Amino acid sequence: MGRFFLIATPYFWLLALFLVPFFIVFKISLSDPDIAIPPYVPNLNWNEGWPGLSDFLTQLDFENFGFLLTDDLYWKAYLSSLRIAVLSTFLTLLVGFPIAYGMARAEPRWRPTLLLLIILPFWTSFLIRVYAWIGILSTEGYLNQVLQFTRIIESPLTVLNTPTAVYIGIIYTYLPFMVLPIYASLERMDLSLLEAAEDLGCSRISAFWLITVPLARAGIIAGCFLVFIPVLGEIVIPSLLGGSDTLMIGKVLWEEFFNNRDWPLASAVAVVLLIVLIIPIILFQRNELKQREAEGS
Amino acid sequence: MVDPWNDPDAKPLISFQNVTKSFGSFLAVDNLSLDIFEKEFFALLGPSGCGKTTLLRMLAGFEAPTSGSILLANRDITPIPPNKRTVNMMFQSYALFPHLSVYDNIAFGLRRQKMPKAQLASRVDEMLTLTRLERFANRRPHQISGGQRQRVALARSLAKAPKLLLLDEPMGALDKKLRQETQFELVDIQEKTGTTFVIVTHDQEEAMTVATRVGVMNEGQLVQVEAPDVIYENPNSTYVASFLGQINLIEGRATPTASGIDLVWAEGQPRLHCKTDVVFSSGQRCHLAIRPEKIMIHAEEPESRNKVCGTVLDIAYLGNISTYHVELISGHVIKAQTTNDRRISRRSFTWDDSVWLSWTDTAAVALAN
Repeated sequence: MGRFFLIATPYFWLLALFLVPFFIVFKISLSDPDIAIPPYVPNLNWNEGWPGLSDFLTQLDFENFGFLLTDDLYWKAYLSSLRIAVLSTFLTLLVGFPIAYGMARAEPRWRPTLLLLIILPFWTSFLIRVYAWIGILSTEGYLNQVLQFTRIIESPLTVLNTPTAVYIGIIYTYLPFMVLPIYASLERMDLSLLEAAEDLGCSRISAFWLITVPLARAGIIAGCFLVFIPVLGEIVIPSLLGGSDTLMIGKVLWEEFFNNRDWPLASAVAVVLLIVLIIPIILFQRNELKQREAEGS
Repeated sequence: MVDPWNDPDAKPLISFQNVTKSFGSFLAVDNLSLDIFEKEFFALLGPSGCGKTTLLRMLAGFEAPTSGSILLANRDITPIPPNKRTVNMMFQSYALFPHLSVYDNIAFGLRRQKMPKAQLASRVDEMLTLTRLERFANRRPHQISGGQRQRVALARSLAKAPKLLLLDEPMGALDKKLRQETQFELVDIQEKTGTTFVIVTHDQEEAMTVATRVGVMNEGQLVQVEAPDVIYENPNSTYVASFLGQINLIEGRATPTASGIDLVWAEGQPRLHCKTDVVFSSGQRCHLAIRPEKIMIHAEEPESRNKVCGTVLDIAYLGNISTYHVELISGHVIKAQTTNDRRISRRSFTWDDSVWLSWTDTAAVALAN
């Protein structure tokens, strides 16, 4: 009995907090908007019994999904989100790998401190940290003040409300998710492998590409997914740092829900986003599984 | 045939010339000079921290000497980086690449030197056959046993046919039985390939089994460099004597005699006689080093110039041999070894028996330090 509950608990958790909400959202996506509370029809009336249920079911349709296809705003937003997610994942990797490498090669007594510094930003609210970037990037912000003070530029740069600001915000926010898994895989690495590679005729650089990178592969893939998946649906960073020309599906979703109050259409956007996200999530889990198998011995 | 190290005309393959290596204030290798010859199987033996691994790593190129020079075939290799040296190393941890198969591990070095494909394949196959790994070519390192991994490491380091192969505690991770088998295999492979081997070990049995010469190190210096039998039979110091195998060290004052010395060593004990070429002054402090297997044990007083009497304090029974710890009246404990050529139930001596120990004049070695 205890065994049953132990196994059932995570399933119940998933059912109650993931599957049921998903079906509620899915159901709303099949409805039509209405000026009412809640702002959509039809509503299921349990008192009418079977006729009520069949009446309710006949009123559901896939009209909203069809609308997503007809208006090019939506697929453009999806594509733009994908592009931003891919590019910013790559940029985060470029910044994160050297940091992880440096940490893993640092003296062991410094490593806990460096690790703490990577995790430290989590102690402040995500929202406040993104707001802080407004103060840095704005026309009168610290960045422009420093650059002008040091006479590197004459007139202030416009960074805030551009895609550049969005990329800066994303890289800054998601860097720990990239650094930590790569650090974990590099830190485990036996350094005598590099000596062995050199001994067998590798230069330092080719030893890095032939040994270090393949051994960090699982960490790199994990880091990329951990950045890519949340960035795809990111809303706060493009809303606060991006301009009106930064099109991201998270922002569209927000606007449909709160500005247009079109819950059914917003739900349809969310359902499609989830389906788009399921593919990388499955790939991510397969990578984790493969890594565990490779280490299992 | 004269052994190359006794031949004054022989050219050494490796020559350490006044090599010193310090890490900060710690002196790992202290003004050391050593010649190693072609086709030798040279063992560096010593406790951990004696500098033997540093010496090996300097040969591989992972450490540069603080001063002095290292010649390989008459060429100073000190400025040459490890990837440009015709020297390969087998690592203590084996350092097999976990993401590559056994085959690709062995082929790694050959691929770096851009060996043509057909030639590479035949060379790798040759190595797989030499180390009896044919069946495991496609496995990953974590899918094979420790002994097999050790052979992959050996095959990989031999694949490039180096002039010199360095082995850092190559059998440290194997259990005793496998280690003994592997030692003979290693000697076999060394003879077949004709490569010069330098092995680092802290296991004196291993050093004596595989090596043509053994260099015993202590605190960054070579204490003695000789063939294994010479090291064992004629140690030049109490350090070497006690590092290799068991030994009885008896301290006393020497009195020179015609053929050697007499040793006055304890109140009420007879003088001990020892043949030696070493000249001692009268009253000089001196150690007699006697191997336990060279001491005979008797129930009755024997006819011998060196004999002492005591009681059996302890018996270490090892199956094939037994070591008797005999306590003398003076408090000294002397170890004597006998082979167990009779059933244990018929053992002649047991605890607290009164026994006599004796040895010949040539059994002991007189050591000044």
